[in-house]
Amino acid sequence: MDSFTFTRSTTVDQAVQLAAKSLTAQQGAQVRFVAGGTTLVDLMKLNVERPREIVDINSLPLDRVEPSPAGGLILGALARNSDVAHNAAVIRDYPVLSQALLSGASPQLRNMATTAGNLLQRTRCVYFRDTAHACNKREPGTGCSAITGHNRMLAVLGTSKDCIATNPSDQNVALTALEATIQIQGPKNKRSIPIHDFYLVPGSTPHIENVLRPGEIITSVTLPPPVAGTNSTYLKLRDRAAYEFALASAAIVMKVSGGRIQHIRVALGGVGTKPWRSFEAEKVLEGHAPDRALFQRAAEAALKDARPQSENAFKVELSRRCIVRALTMSTKSA
Amino acid sequence: MLFSEYLEFIQSDKLGPNGQIKASTAEPTAVIGASLSRIDGPLKTTGSARYASDHNFPGMVYAVPVGATVASGKIRSIDTSTSEKMPGVVAILHHGNFDPVFRNASGGRNSEQRPPFEDEVVYYWGQYVALAVAETFAQAQAAAAAVKISYAPDAFNVSTNLSDPMPAIGASEGPRVLSHRGDPEGVFTSAPVKIDYTYTTPAETHNPMEMHATVAIWDGKKYTLYESSQGVMNHATVMYQVLGVPRENVEVISRFIGSGFGGKLFPWPHSALAAVASRRLNRPVKLTLSRKMMFANVGHRPRTQQRMRLGATPEGKLLSLCQDYRNHTSINDDIRENCGEATPFLYSTANLQVSSALVRRNVGTPTPMRGPGAVPGLFALESAMDELAIKLNMDPVALRLGLDTLTDEEKNKPFSSRHLKECLQVGSEKFGWSKRTLGVGSMRKGDLILGWGVAAASWSAGRGVAEASVSLRADGSARVSSGTQDPGTGTYTVVAQIVSDKTGIPVRKIQSVLGSSSLPPGPTSGGSTATATVIPAVAEAAVNAIKITLTAATTTKGSPFLGKQVKDLAMSSGRIHLKNQSPESGIPFEEILKLGNIASADGQGKTGGYGSDTDGKNFSSHSFGAQFVEVEWDPGICRLRVSRVVSVVDAGRIINAKTARNQMAGAIVMGIGMGLLEQTTYDSRNGHPINDNFADYVVPTSADHPEIDIHFLDIPDPMIGEYGARGLGEIGLAGIAPAITAAVYHATGVRVRNLPVRIEDLITANVAV
Ligand SMILES: Cc1cc2nc3c(=O)[nH]c(=O)nc-3n(C[C@H](O)[C@H](O)[C@H](O)COP(=O)(O)OP(=O)(O)OC[C@H]3O[C@@H](n4cnc5c(N)ncnc54)[C@H](O)[C@@H]3O)c2cc1C
Repeated sequence: MDSFTFTRSTTVDQAVQLAAKSLTAQQGAQVRFVAGGTTLVDLMKLNVERPREIVDINSLPLDRVEPSPAGGLILGALARNSDVAHNAAVIRDYPVLSQALLSGASPQLRNMATTAGNLLQRTRCVYFRDTAHACNKREPGTGCSAITGHNRMLAVLGTSKDCIATNPSDQNVALTALEATIQIQGPKNKRSIPIHDFYLVPGSTPHIENVLRPGEIITSVTLPPPVAGTNSTYLKLRDRAAYEFALASAAIVMKVSGGRIQHIRVALGGVGTKPWRSFEAEKVLEGHAPDRALFQRAAEAALKDARPQSENAFKVELSRRCIVRALTMSTKSA
Repeated sequence: MLFSEYLEFIQSDKLGPNGQIKASTAEPTAVIGASLSRIDGPLKTTGSARYASDHNFPGMVYAVPVGATVASGKIRSIDTSTSEKMPGVVAILHHGNFDPVFRNASGGRNSEQRPPFEDEVVYYWGQYVALAVAETFAQAQAAAAAVKISYAPDAFNVSTNLSDPMPAIGASEGPRVLSHRGDPEGVFTSAPVKIDYTYTTPAETHNPMEMHATVAIWDGKKYTLYESSQGVMNHATVMYQVLGVPRENVEVISRFIGSGFGGKLFPWPHSALAAVASRRLNRPVKLTLSRKMMFANVGHRPRTQQRMRLGATPEGKLLSLCQDYRNHTSINDDIRENCGEATPFLYSTANLQVSSALVRRNVGTPTPMRGPGAVPGLFALESAMDELAIKLNMDPVALRLGLDTLTDEEKNKPFSSRHLKECLQVGSEKFGWSKRTLGVGSMRKGDLILGWGVAAASWSAGRGVAEASVSLRADGSARVSSGTQDPGTGTYTVVAQIVSDKTGIPVRKIQSVLGSSSLPPGPTSGGSTATATVIPAVAEAAVNAIKITLTAATTTKGSPFLGKQVKDLAMSSGRIHLKNQSPESGIPFEEILKLGNIASADGQGKTGGYGSDTDGKNFSSHSFGAQFVEVEWDPGICRLRVSRVVSVVDAGRIINAKTARNQMAGAIVMGIGMGLLEQTTYDSRNGHPINDNFADYVVPTSADHPEIDIHFLDIPDPMIGEYGARGLGEIGLAGIAPAITAAVYHATGVRVRNLPVRIEDLITANVAV
């Protein structure tokens, strides 16, 4: 770890000002906010993140979960993952989010981890996390060690010839299915970005993972009002029973009425370079009577563009089964 | 105790399994076999037990090693210009400026023969090539990261295919026949039923919770090394030679160990690095490994590849058994994984061969990992047995029962105490094996498919040489000491129980002192032999301490026993009394010591090796067990979990039911890791163990912990020595992986011969989704 300065900010404006002098808000940022620290401190110890300046945002008043004027829910950027997961409104109206959070990490980590920190957690690709290896995401232009190396955990959707790193988050998959919006405050203005547009696929610039610019801080995440009559489910598949990132996961928000699927959102985890919204699956499902054959067609459609690597072909099939089961579960609890 | 449950067996075995051995054990008091909590438990749970790296000293500096980033080659240059100027840096050491370190030629076992920094050659990724020493840990880490090293890389090999290349016949690593009888090849060829498959087990990393660490202090003449060691005596024996000083100038201290699983049996190079740095700098040096280094620098279970050939009759008679295996080892050290340990005697067969070969790879030196040899070996043997049962359309328990034997056909000696049959029978009953239906995927539990599997287990029983000392003190307490250590297994508690059994002093008044090479030489905690080895020495020391007290009782003025004969006295319940009268009639032992103005009565005891005090040399001693496993299989999402394990073990007498159970449960969970999760993966492009962290090297969590039912037959082994305890640190792991793969086959129809069983293997399973 390199030496750094540490400042505790007391207002959002101050935090933004301190961070605005960073040349980037992406990989290589000279200034970093620290929230729970469960991603950032790890990566600093590994010399993957080497900020010169740390701005502690934990005293900012951004830790509340409260109703939005529109009838949805506002998750403060600093609301801890455990608090969100156990929030009564979340459990009642957005169970998929509670389930996703509780499937992630461990209780201790969830007590530290925050909503915004989770949005910005980095890939677990072993080559990204070890400076002995080439990685385009960590050091642009050095090459991708994963494509010709160990890639069992890595992505099959949204990959490029320069990067196949998975977005490892569970929370973000649920937020994608819920069509959450991310509120951002910058040095000049505030903006509000739908989660689907927040993340970028790697293309030839895998070090740029989202639309954040220097100084920009996430202040909250807004969930739209719950759609009446929907069920939601998060299903996560992995090698062991707990405390492991997803090999494949699926977040489903579904409403069946009059024997037909009327509202459907499908998002996938563990398989995409970003939290993966499957419009393809939704298109197959929307308006049809739910049954196994339909679910299978939806799963096929979701993985149609999958590009497996040397070790992760099984994830294509695993993801399909995950989708079918999650859809089935969503129908059952209706 | 479970003793009563097995009264039937014990009664039929009163004279030993072969009806000719006289039990050598007197019936012990109730403290033996009791379910006692560890006496060191409160220290551990309150955080006051000090592990190696918890030791701090004035002026102490921190050392962080730099690992090579090539798997083979030569160091071309080491640029320390930046790191040397960094804040707090005291020294950057490497092969160019290091002090001499030597090889041990006069006894003791080291791990890597090559001393650290011997020259500029790199043999494996992660090999220590420099050492940054600084005032703080963070400064040392930063300096280590700033050392720039360039290499002239050489060709290397980390291939998992151990047929590539084959070791040459005649070469030190070439094929060697370890066991042979009859005409195994010929009989196999003509056998009516044949099994011929190759099984592999991957490299596995020990990963005890506590990282290896050394805190080294040099006082101008003598080294004190605080270590996390499973063998303080051996560590001192090796290190005096490595450091080139007289034996008495090295003391190794290891009071508490956050487990080792074999990885801490022998010294690793960091110990020498810390010691030499402390002498060079004349300051205490603390060196703690990172989790990452645990994967490269301190050993692993080597990869094995085992061809199994079984020839049988249609009725299940085993005509011929061949195990031809190879395991990888490092470039510099010949480490043979003894995969054939149990093969020659587990089942009756007239024709048998075990052969072994070593295959060199550019990896760190392998080292014993819990159940070395037997555990991967039994994966192959017991998997093949299951495949044979299926081919014969026989129940796998019945097949094994039919091949049971009370004679070790390899050594042509009777077993001292073998109850594999009972293990299988009791296990079947506890598990409900008779309810098993044969067909693949034929058993259900709701929407889930169940798979049931069984395997036999075995582990060697042995006993080494050891000394111990017991003091009975005038304050009414006792002290027991031996230069062994407690790696979390319960040794502190077990030695106190032995003293309590002999003296009647309650365990809470007995102080156990272990974990220093300055104590009477005690055993290494390895091979499940520490208990069997240390017990007779402690028992003898206690008896000798009692004798001294009794002598004082007969000679001290004012003693009620003045003028009596020692042979007419006894000590029980902590009191000295006439043998033919009750303890209450006598007086507390401390009264005698006080009367005689004696601070303590100190007895010494010594254990000879196995068979030195029994007829053991004429017998074959092994522990046995049977493992029954249930898996739950959800084909719709390809999810497989172990849901239930029944484990029945024949490990001689159980000294402490609680610590014994704890050893078993831990080993079973480790077996689930071996069966389903664990695998150290070397990147073929650079030899880096690429999953060198706890996110990528997946081990079972509490949520993976199945329902576990453990039964001890608790039948004393008359040949192992007083109390008849054989030790059971390892046998719990044996047989779990093959029982899992048998259950996986039963559930899914997929036979996994290459561990671990992964989703990749099962996703093609042809069971209706
Ligand atoms: C062992 C382990 C296991 C895990 N397992 C899982 C798992 O199974 N599933 C899963 O989903 N996750 C898992 N995680 C990841 C965990 O969820 C994240 O580390 C956590 O959510 C990050 O939140 P944080 O508040 O600690 O972030 P920090 O580490 O504090 O920050 C992460 C990044 O976000 C930035 N940041 C934080 N807050 C803001 C803000 N308000 N505005 C702008 N930038 C901000 C920081 O600058 C930093 O770059 C695991 C982590 C660990 C260590």
